[in-house]
Formats: sequence, structure tokens, C-alpha cells
Amino acid sequence: MTASPVVDIALFAAKLGMVFFVILTLAAYLVFAERRLLARIQDRRGPNRVGPAGLLQPLADLIKLLTKEDFIPAAADRWLFLLAPAMAAVPAILTFAVIPFGAPVTIAGHEVPLLIVDLNVGLLFFLALSSIAVYGVAIGGWASNSKYSLLGGIRGLAQLISYELSMGLSLVPVVMLARSFSLTAIVDAQRAIPFIVYQPLAFIIFLISITAECKRIPFDIPEAEGELVAGFHTEYSGMRFGLFFVGEYINIIVLGGLAATFFLGGWHGPFLPPLVWFTLKTLAFAFFFIWTRGTLPRLRYDQLMHLGWKVLTPLALLNILVTGWWLALTS
Amino acid sequence: MEQTIFYILAAVAVIATILAIGEKHPVHAILYLVTSLFSMAVIFYLLAAPLVAAFEVILYAGAIMVLFLFVIMMLDLGHPEQGLSPHWREWLPALLLSAVSIASLAAVIVSRHAASPFSAPPGLAIREVARRLFQEHGLAVELISLQLLFALVGALYLGKQPKKGNSK
Repeated sequence: MTASPVVDIALFAAKLGMVFFVILTLAAYLVFAERRLLARIQDRRGPNRVGPAGLLQPLADLIKLLTKEDFIPAAADRWLFLLAPAMAAVPAILTFAVIPFGAPVTIAGHEVPLLIVDLNVGLLFFLALSSIAVYGVAIGGWASNSKYSLLGGIRGLAQLISYELSMGLSLVPVVMLARSFSLTAIVDAQRAIPFIVYQPLAFIIFLISITAECKRIPFDIPEAEGELVAGFHTEYSGMRFGLFFVGEYINIIVLGGLAATFFLGGWHGPFLPPLVWFTLKTLAFAFFFIWTRGTLPRLRYDQLMHLGWKVLTPLALLNILVTGWWLALTS
Repeated sequence: MEQTIFYILAAVAVIATILAIGEKHPVHAILYLVTSLFSMAVIFYLLAAPLVAAFEVILYAGAIMVLFLFVIMMLDLGHPEQGLSPHWREWLPALLLSAVSIASLAAVIVSRHAASPFSAPPGLAIREVARRLFQEHGLAVELISLQLLFALVGALYLGKQPKKGNSK
């Protein structure tokens, strides 16, 4: 392609800005959607006063969080306390860099792939970032120097390590079927039939694991209100709390997008444009997370560990073995 | 451009490692070490080895260091930063050993100074790495994994609680 680099760079910067804007807005509105849906599940109305049908509520929340006092406990480890919310939010948004969210489009003679970067180790990049995301929770809980926070941080650490294992193992069959670690190649391999058809078990394991990875009910023991006040972010206030909070919702969007990419064929789909398909699939997962929150009770800590290590991990290993046999027999 | 990034990352890695050694508080030391490992991972990526970069982050920064952090958070260490400095008899062997390794590193650099410090080799495909690892060195890989299994069984045996009837 004989395109001038200036236009390419401009297009890339525009794409980057759009992705940031869309994800942050979507995360803010996901909070709103969750409050409205939970209210509906619990036979309440939910926030409906700010703007038409409460649609400006995220803006009001933002102003409130920004104007609140940013409180640092006297006994806290000051620098780590300040750093931890960013350590939780940044890996979540970075993961989106490798997700292809649409078919390549042509703008003014330039072909623009609708993803930030096509790494040939895209899947490992996601696993690496999700293992780094653990530090935000752990350091936030430890640096607060409070019993509740520390307990929440330790629980979060144990939970995230345990479910990372089953999450990674449930993705191995996907790589075996697509014969690539690149997310673009994985999406292309599902042009005809999405992998959920071949790998329903891997899909269920992945879905349970990502619910645990974003610390949602029924796996919300790091921040269990009933026992730990708010867990690892008990001592946080103002925008730092907001960053933990928004990070969690960005995580939901990103993990939903990844689940759609790995098992539902990414942006492939009939009739509708690719971008719409990707958004619909991602939001379907977000809706699923909200729905389970409104439905299921919290697991106990030992039940959580039991499920992760004694059920999901062996099942994922067995699934890899069976997939290997099947591939060896059919090829 | 790449060379500039390399020097910045290398400086970050070295400084973070020195700070990790010098820091008295174990949690801070772990975070410095994670910073160092992270910049090493990006250096691997610059050297056209994205697979090694990903594994560096997943295994070292994401698994081993997290386990260290977990153990340290579980232990109540009080205020380790107020503790005494180690006696010179304790750090002298470490100093000697590190002098030897730094001297050998310097010897290698001096003997190879003609080679360009930064020449990116052609990118190695994951398929190629896998083929080399599991076809040519398959037996070694299996032996190492068996060793890890032995270690796991050993740890399980050591950590096993005696049965309630004959414990006391």
C-alpha cells in the first residue's frame, strides 16, 4: 500500500482515541445499566431522576466522585496506596489492544484494521495482563493497612491466581483449533462455525473463570460486603475508589469481548455490520454478569477454592486431552 | 528509535533491580523486581521474541512474584525496615560472588565489543519454537516436568497434616 505515513498515524491516533472514549463511556453506562437492571430484578425503580430516565446519572456520579475528598489513612503505605487503583485499571484497558472489534474498513483509500495491534502472541498478552492485574487488588488491600482491606487483598490474590489457571487452560483448545495465538486468526477460524459448537465445555469453564476474574457475584469474596465491609477498597474514597470501580467495569467489557472473540466468532455474524455484532455479543456477556449478580448467592471461600482447583482445572485438562485426541483422529 | 527504547528499558531494569536488593521492606522489593522483570519482557519483545516476553510476564511477574507477595502478606512481619543491617560477614560472600559474575559479564562484553549491541534477529515463529522444544528436546522437557511433579508430591507430603487420631 502506498499510503502516506502521516494519514496512517492520524487514523491510528483517531482509532486509539475512539477506543478509549467508547470503553470509558460504556463502562460508565454499564454501571447505570446494572443499577437499573438490578432494581428491576428486585422490583424497585433504580436511579431515574437525573436527566431523561436517569440517563445522566453516570455524569452526576463522576462529578460526585471527583469532588469528594481523596482520603489517605494515616497508617497507610502512602505511595502504594496512591498507585494501586491505577495498577488495577490499566491492565484491564490495555487488554483491549489485542481484541479485533470489527472487519477491516477502508477510509479514504487506507485500509484500517479494527483492532489496535495484531500481536502473534495476542492470547498470551491477555493472560500476561490478567496476571499483572492481581497486583492492584493485592497492593491496594495491603497498603491500606486495615484488617478488612488486607483480608480482601489476600482473598483476591488467592482467587485470581486460582481462576487464572482454569481460564488459561480452557483457552488451550481454542488455540488448538485455530492453530494460532493471534486473536485475528482465532476470529478468522470461526468464520463458518463459532468454537462454542466444538467446545461447549471450554466455554462454560471460561465463562465461570472470567466471572471469578472480575470478582463478580457469586465470586465476590474479595469485597464481600457482609463480612469485609468492602474488602480491598474499604479505605479508598473519591476518584481513587472510582478508578477501582470503573476498572472493574472495564474488565467486564474486555472479558466479555474476549469471550465473544474466543467462542462466539468475534465480529462474524449474518445481516448486521461486524461492529454491531461484536458490540451485541460483548453486551450480552455484560448482561449475563448483571443477571447472575441479581440471582446467585455468594460462594464461601472454601467452596470457591474447591470449585477452581478440584472441578474446573481437572475438567479443563481433560478437555484439552479429548480435543487433542479428536484432532489427531480427524486430521 | 528502538535503540533509545532499549537503553531506557535497560536502565529501568538495572535501577529497579538494585533498588529491589537495597529495599528493606519485602513488599516494596517485590514491586521493584516486578518492574525490572516487566522492562526485561519489553526488551525481549524488542529482540523479536514476543513469546519469551509473554512468558516472562506470565510466569515471573504474574505467578512467581505473586506467590512471594502472597506469602509475605500472610506473614506478620511487623516493621522489617527498622531492623538491623546484616553483619559484614554475612554480605561478604555475596559481594565476592557478585564481583565474579560482574567480572565475567565485563569479560564477555569486552571480548565481543565488535558485535553490534542491538541487532534484531528475525522473528521466531511460535510454531518453530514448539517444534524445536518438543521434537528435538522432547525427552528433556518430559524429564523436567516429571521433576516438577516430584517436587509437587514432596511438598504435598511435607504439608500433609497428621491424622487427627494420632496427632496428640
